[in-house]
Amino acid sequence: MSEAKIIKDAICSFCGCLCDDINVEVDEGRVQRVRHACRLGSSKILGHGRIEHPMVRKDGRLVEASFQEAYDRSAQILLRANKPLLYGWASTSCEAAKKGILLAEEVGAVIDSTATVCHGPSVIGIEEKGLPGATLGQVKNRADTIVFWGCNPVEAHPRHSLRYSSNSVGRFTPQGREGRKIVVVDVRETRTARNADKFIRVNPGGDYEVISALRMLVKGKGDLLPQEVGGVLKADLAELADMLKAARFGALFFGLGITHSRGRYKNIDNALSLVAELNQHSKFVILPMRGHYNVGGIGQTLAWSSGYPMSVDLTRGKPYFNPGETAACDLLARRDVDAALIIAADAASNFPRSTVEALADIPVIQIDPYENPTTLLSDVVIPCAIAGVEVEGTAYRMDGLCLRLRKLVDSCLPSDEEILMGILGSVHRQRQMMANQGV
Amino acid sequence: MIIKGGIVYDPANCIFGEEMDLFVDKGRMVEQAKGEEIDAHGLLVMPGGVDAHSHIAGKKVNTGRIMRPDDSRLGTEPRTGTCRPSTGYTVPNCYAIGYRYARMGYTTAFEAATPILEARHTHEELEEIPIIDKGALTLFGNNWQVMECIRNNDMDMLAAYMAWGLRSARGYGVKIVNPGGGEAWGFGGNVKGLDDPVPNFDVTPAEIIRGLAQANEMLRLPHSIHLHLNNLGKPGNYNTAIETLDLLKDIRPSRMRQVVHITHMQFSAYGGSSWRDFESKAPVIADYFNSHHHATMDMGQLLFGSATTMTADAPLEYGNARLTHNKWSNHDIELEESSGVVPMVYSRKMLVNAVQWAVGLELALLVADPWKILMTTDHPNGSPFVNYPEVISLLMSKPKRDAEMASMHDQVQNRTSLSGIERQLDWTDIVIMTRAAPARILGLQDKGHLGPGADADITIYNLMPEELDASQNHDLVKKALACAKYTIKGGAVVSKDGQILSTPPGRTFWVDAAVPQDDADRLMPELEEKFAKYYSVQLSNYAVQDAYLPHAQVIRAGLSVESLKEVA
Repeated sequence: MSEAKIIKDAICSFCGCLCDDINVEVDEGRVQRVRHACRLGSSKILGHGRIEHPMVRKDGRLVEASFQEAYDRSAQILLRANKPLLYGWASTSCEAAKKGILLAEEVGAVIDSTATVCHGPSVIGIEEKGLPGATLGQVKNRADTIVFWGCNPVEAHPRHSLRYSSNSVGRFTPQGREGRKIVVVDVRETRTARNADKFIRVNPGGDYEVISALRMLVKGKGDLLPQEVGGVLKADLAELADMLKAARFGALFFGLGITHSRGRYKNIDNALSLVAELNQHSKFVILPMRGHYNVGGIGQTLAWSSGYPMSVDLTRGKPYFNPGETAACDLLARRDVDAALIIAADAASNFPRSTVEALADIPVIQIDPYENPTTLLSDVVIPCAIAGVEVEGTAYRMDGLCLRLRKLVDSCLPSDEEILMGILGSVHRQRQMMANQGV
Repeated sequence: MIIKGGIVYDPANCIFGEEMDLFVDKGRMVEQAKGEEIDAHGLLVMPGGVDAHSHIAGKKVNTGRIMRPDDSRLGTEPRTGTCRPSTGYTVPNCYAIGYRYARMGYTTAFEAATPILEARHTHEELEEIPIIDKGALTLFGNNWQVMECIRNNDMDMLAAYMAWGLRSARGYGVKIVNPGGGEAWGFGGNVKGLDDPVPNFDVTPAEIIRGLAQANEMLRLPHSIHLHLNNLGKPGNYNTAIETLDLLKDIRPSRMRQVVHITHMQFSAYGGSSWRDFESKAPVIADYFNSHHHATMDMGQLLFGSATTMTADAPLEYGNARLTHNKWSNHDIELEESSGVVPMVYSRKMLVNAVQWAVGLELALLVADPWKILMTTDHPNGSPFVNYPEVISLLMSKPKRDAEMASMHDQVQNRTSLSGIERQLDWTDIVIMTRAAPARILGLQDKGHLGPGADADITIYNLMPEELDASQNHDLVKKALACAKYTIKGGAVVSKDGQILSTPPGRTFWVDAAVPQDDADRLMPELEEKFAKYYSVQLSNYAVQDAYLPHAQVIRAGLSVESLKEVA
């Protein structure tokens, strides 16, 4: 019988927290126990139902195929397409992302990440105003005032509060939660709101107005405000503005509640401006609550490779970026792409209905460890080893910190990186053959 | 490979414009060799350029790209059979950085500022930059462990920590930025001068600078401390510069080099009490460098047009953002640093900018010894590095400087001494300032010269130095320098007449300094406590793994031959 092995300080590759203190017990090539991780992370590390072998669609049905067959079919799809879309990348390593960017250059594709349906508006806000941020450890050590706006870490990032924010203990925050003021702004009373000192309920779609009102109050122009803004009483806002101005170190965390409600990137632009202005009174930083564990990493990798962090059109040889035109949903809604490779994301579950319909009408290649609704409309399905569990690699935490994921157990499946190299190899071969045949 | 008949400038080996043949074998300079011949008859030949201070990789550079899609739209070039696509002007993508340096005849560039915690990111980008050799300087000036060692006057532990930090970051040298100010910025403050105590740490910037300088020499590091001064960018800050230089003049260097390298001196050579009476104090600074021998500097030349300011001096960037109402990114790094990024446009009609432009040139022209001052633009703070040919042509031509000044604010004549400076640098000066001196100042023995054993990094420019009057024909100088006839890197032609021919991966230099085992043993419990209590990552996930440096070049240094225990 084999000896159980304990792997210490493993990194959880579930959400943007990238908790790096996970202890994992491995026996007989399988993860047996996971310690310190939250339920979401444990479930991922312990593993569940997987796609076991590659599949290609023949006569309308997905049938088992070899990896090589799947690579060749994928290459064929990408080469035949005029404008393929390579989408996803949020739940895989930067090593895979680098190969994906190379593939996009080779076949002339548009490459986009899941940011387009989560923090894409944040990126556009940052393009307008910049991002006054900090690492999460800075918040842990210094923050005495924390605002969660349109996000619900208790359910989406369960260890955030203990490791980095409300309940963390650091050098200048020895009292932890007791020494802090926690504010939650949301359209409903979330579980995060129950741990707050102050909860402000905003009317759905009212965030922009409320942020604007706070900016006026911070600037001393509160006398111009009506008695109620966005469903919030002026007195409440005035109290909040005073609290923010009085902070020794304040941090504002924001989520999809403001990136994808009415106003979208304008909400973020406004929130960034509020934080910049608060720095005339107190020290204040702002951080997006990134969802998937490496959605930050694809943004970083794309930025240093192409100059832009998402929605990069490489069909004309040089990078072109124009969100609204080159983002995945826009392309699909206009039916402007004629093939798609979906990797480490589930477009069919998260995209608007009309774009999923467009996806169903074009050839789709899926690379994923798990079966999901995207599998149903795919023509090639390639299962992969799980980055951060079965493969080493690089990921960027929600604050932009880069960490190296550990390999915990072996897998008989190839990594995302290897699969993309397989497809790239097949692209080169098929191209050569076409050249030889004078096509 | 044989390079025939070039007019060779190799000042480190006392060759000042001699017609001679050069021989290359297996990537190095040799006495004799056979093979491919390159005809360089009458052409200007020199070692490949070495940039000792340039912001080319890491979080803040990428933040610049992300917040400036406007910049990424400039200078785009499509993918070719050899090259990946290029984008950007002030914040080019990784590929463009490699190609553009190579086209200009540069073969080495050092990233100027990396926090240990974020060094992994820096190496991800460095590895993606093709062709050139590189390294990264590591930030220590606002680090809690550093400040505590200095407060406790424990120099041995400080040296052990610096060695450990360099190893963890796979860093090359000790960078200090606005010492103490970055920590104060953690609560929105700053330090105002060398003796202004750092809040909560009971040390002063003066003590931090001296402590790090002394420990740097204890470790016998190839490079000295690399210092971005306090009060940078403020009127009247030349006093801080002189005080800081005086603070270090009694420290003995452990190698044949300076004790301190003051970076982008231009931003710290200002007089006046406000922007209203802002003026150049470059002559005072230059006098100091002419009469003292423990310090070197780089220009940090400012040119008009677009720039992206990015620095670990976060309070300065907040000031820039308030001043210009431009977009502002800030990034504080727990226990270590702070930083910021703000786009900028410098205008020749703005008196302050015009004075800044003149200050950089004054410094380079008034410091008598070119080994003491490097040509840089603090890319992309003063201007992007692609504008080096503009800076060089200004230094070589008084008529060009006069013509430029005629288009500026009238007062620039009175606020600076530039119009009275007749000196025009010659090719020897330029080769020293862009090749020989940066290599020597960094401690790169095989760079910056063409003696036997040196790296075969060679540039041939399409320019006849014996026939061309650089003063009158400054436009031809600028044109030739922008696009080398040949750039040879490690014995391979990488660029010819502006076309990239091959893209070998460059090496990354880092310094592994050994310290006595008992100092390392005393250090570890303190670090373990810091990680348990304050850092947001585990100690075991902190250091940069070797996987990120597949082309590493390790340089050994330190107190003893024993190597520091590997971080578990």
